Amino acid sequence: MASRLGKSPPWWQNRRLLPWLVQASVGLVLVLVIAFLLGNLVRNLSAAGLLLSWRWLGQPASFDIAETLLPFNASQPYWRGLLAGLVNTLRVVGLGFVGATLVGTLVGSASFSGNGLVKRLARIYVELIRNIPLLLQLVFWYFVVFLALPNGAAAIQLPGIVLAKSGLFLPGFEAGFQWSGPTLVDGVWQAPLRFTPEFGALLTGLVVYTGAFIAEVVRGGIAAVPKGQWEAATSLGLGPLPSLRRIIIPQALRVIVPGLNTQYISLAKNSSLAVACGYTDLYSVAETSLNQTGRAIEVIVILLAAYLAIDLVISLLMNGLNRLVQIKER
Amino acid sequence: MPFLRTLLPKLSFASTLALALLLASCASEGGGLQSQKIDLIKNRGKLICGVDGKLPGFSFLGSDGAYSGLDVDVCKAVAASLLGDSGKVDYRDLNSSERFAALASGEVDLLSRNTTETLTRDAAGGNGLSFAPTTFYDGQGVMVAAGSGVKSLKDLAGKPICVESGTTTELNLADRMRELKATYTPLKFQTGDQTYAAYLQGRCLAVTSDRSQLAAKRTSFPDPSAHLLLGEVLSKEPLTPATTNADPVWSDAVRWSVYALMQAEELGITKANVAAKLAQAQANPNQADLRRFLGVEGDFGKTLGLPADFVVKAIAAVGNYGEIFDRNVGPGSKLKLDRGLNRQWSQGGLIYSPPFR
Repeated sequence: MASRLGKSPPWWQNRRLLPWLVQASVGLVLVLVIAFLLGNLVRNLSAAGLLLSWRWLGQPASFDIAETLLPFNASQPYWRGLLAGLVNTLRVVGLGFVGATLVGTLVGSASFSGNGLVKRLARIYVELIRNIPLLLQLVFWYFVVFLALPNGAAAIQLPGIVLAKSGLFLPGFEAGFQWSGPTLVDGVWQAPLRFTPEFGALLTGLVVYTGAFIAEVVRGGIAAVPKGQWEAATSLGLGPLPSLRRIIIPQALRVIVPGLNTQYISLAKNSSLAVACGYTDLYSVAETSLNQTGRAIEVIVILLAAYLAIDLVISLLMNGLNRLVQIKER
Repeated sequence: MPFLRTLLPKLSFASTLALALLLASCASEGGGLQSQKIDLIKNRGKLICGVDGKLPGFSFLGSDGAYSGLDVDVCKAVAASLLGDSGKVDYRDLNSSERFAALASGEVDLLSRNTTETLTRDAAGGNGLSFAPTTFYDGQGVMVAAGSGVKSLKDLAGKPICVESGTTTELNLADRMRELKATYTPLKFQTGDQTYAAYLQGRCLAVTSDRSQLAAKRTSFPDPSAHLLLGEVLSKEPLTPATTNADPVWSDAVRWSVYALMQAEELGITKANVAAKLAQAQANPNQADLRRFLGVEGDFGKTLGLPADFVVKAIAAVGNYGEIFDRNVGPGSKLKLDRGLNRQWSQGGLIYSPPFR
């Protein structure tokens, strides 16, 4: 008897071993599936003579990019072109965040306005924009709005600002730190600061579209603040604007910020629709590179990595902001 | 359980290896004249052909729902050669960025979409295409509005130029402007429709593409006479149907189906007289060349993996190369292009079929 007690139980009754075995078999299946997929990829790629190679990144791109923040010309390598495309994407995404947040906050707050007209207009804007595909809106902004503008001397001219078919021209400091405005040279507008209609159409489209979604997030956030808070603010003698700014918004932000994160990420991803209105963003450069080099998988991997990185950075920043606005529990 | 701990990794490695071996053995190929592609097309009963679909004269979906054009006739000729029926074609509209991926992935069997033959597209380390004979020798041109005052490429320095992305024209434009040391603004669009819409809206001073394509697109403009082609030719653009490198048997079948159209013109065989020529060849055993060409004797068809009478079927369906040209882009069409380089070699052109021997 004593010997039986000392004996360990059979392995199928071993409580420490069994979960481990289950884990191991699941792990094994996972490893096999991944090995199969990778093996399949490598086998087919080498059969087609298309094994991954990154050497092409260093070769001259020999195509031009219309507008770049990062100087680029056709004799520079592909990686430099892709980088210039990425900078172009970040430029429209960055300005898009600012614009969409402003529009969204204004429209979202406007839906609580005591003025019936303002309230109604805000609702119409949201419902109209949210229910039309973004691609369609971009094509509309570019071909119907921006390309229908007059050109040359007939352009829309405000003091210091010119809006023409060839773009938006703003005053700025020229070389030698001289302040100067837009001037007409040989029927072509020149100015220190210039935005092309392609950029304008994309930015407008993204701001208007994302703004509508952010407006709903803001409206939801404000609606989530109990009515008693408004009443308490009013009873303290605060007007509608101060009570919104000092009482309601700080509480609403706790609801708004997580929702904003999603909208910002979708704005960043939607920027890849730039190709619909001729703006040269990362996706557009990648597509040209793909066609020149035929390195489809490499180019797609670069695209995936770039958009993933952009979105993760946005999430990181927004999570930081979220921690700031949450209730501090002490 | 240290025993299991050491065994498991070995076990997983061994089973991965076994799986890989199993898969490799599945993929082994048989010898002889076997073409997976040809078998696939025969079983499917239809050829899938990648075309542009929006380019009058080359491939255009008409209001009657039927495709027509020079590129389309190449598809029809190949379908007639292989399947005996020029109607057994499914057309896929592809834009210039999609076309090579569609061909490489096998979504289309044949790419007949005004595609320029180049080194990188042909090379195994590039796009890995296999080009058939060139069906249209073209050059890159520039179109401007008649009143713009632009006389040559130089006048376009500093000006926006519309171009379709993913094309050779995009690269040639960059090269020529670099030679002229002229800065310019390339506005790239994904589709031809967007490119020409932006040009017509006046966003670009000029639009650049193959000269034939510019002429073709101009016919669909509201006022074709308000646009001119500049005299300069920026590049050589041999527009060529293509298959992938993966199946040489299929590539050869396509290549010689196209050559047959050119050879037929040289021999004076037309859509109208092909039946009479065939009867003549069958009756007269002394006309060995004609008998071999039309598949009465010899085994040209078999060596290519095609039916013996593939030449007869192709010509009966679409006519010879000259007829195809005249009907789609030449005098019989809206485009009214000159044959130019696309004449037979015997008349000073570049259309030259190697001997059918």
